Amino acid sequence: MRPLLFGLMLALSVPLQAQSALPPADYADRQLPDPRQEAKAKALMVTLRCIVCQGQSIADSDAEMAADMRALVRRRIEAGESPAAIRAWLIERYGNWVSYSPPVEPVTWPLWAAPVLLLGIGAWLARGRFRRRRR
Amino acid sequence: MKRLLLWAPLAVFAVFLAVVAVRLGSGRDDTVRSGLVGRPLPQFSLAAAAPGKPGLSSADFMKGEPRLLNVFASWCVPCRVEAPQLEELRRRGLPIDAVAVRDRPQDVAEFLKRHGDPFERVGGDPDRGVQLALGSSGVPETFVIDGRGIIRHQHIGVINPDDLQKIVAAYEAAR
Repeated sequence: MRPLLFGLMLALSVPLQAQSALPPADYADRQLPDPRQEAKAKALMVTLRCIVCQGQSIADSDAEMAADMRALVRRRIEAGESPAAIRAWLIERYGNWVSYSPPVEPVTWPLWAAPVLLLGIGAWLARGRFRRRRR
Repeated sequence: MKRLLLWAPLAVFAVFLAVVAVRLGSGRDDTVRSGLVGRPLPQFSLAAAAPGKPGLSSADFMKGEPRLLNVFASWCVPCRVEAPQLEELRRRGLPIDAVAVRDRPQDVAEFLKRHGDPFERVGGDPDRGVQLALGSSGVPETFVIDGRGIIRHQHIGVINPDDLQKIVAAYEAAR
């Protein structure tokens, strides 16, 4: 009986309000009038991580925080700021973590070296195989 | 040599398992700290968000005395939980200002009436511009700002009764 009751209560429960009553920011879901600027903003938005959802880019996320970040990106692009400067501004505040495009740094070298290393290992293995076949 | 090589994949797999086990065991830390701790408060100027209280600007934090900056919202449920702790900090003589994120004045007024009002100034941040400029990743968050406008400490999440000592210590250290 108890699990049933618990299940019923869970099914009927209403999620807590974690969104504000204000409408989404201007430019959160509206494109910039200049298509070239919008393309720049879009390219940047898909490589910025949503801070509250953590697994999504701000372009993909429905979170209010992501909407506000999209609005921030579009406003700054419209004002003529470069995407690199906006990314740097966010990294200054939230760390490299906020960017899906990792910089080349001592900490990130395994990330950049791994593909080259794996390709090398693959080539070495393939070489061994081909040699055996020729024999 | 060849025999040893035969074990290599298993060894790699063992290393993989060990990494997974360690990461699973250590628990997740999802907090995103602000990179601005130890650096000046970004410049901002916010309109008043609560009736009868002035708005908030970065210049209010350059007056020689440290202050707390609480980032909250009336729609944020955990913010209700930390209200008594803010009241206690206020009682101990710590001046507190607030940024109300994405809020309407009537909702802020209702929130302060219901849960207590420890704030001297409340600025409204309708588009999260100031929250993002602070490197804050959610509500509630509390910053300790020294008298020269340098961010000295960031507390992420609810201030629980256990955290009071830490906040007071950070405030004293900012003098």
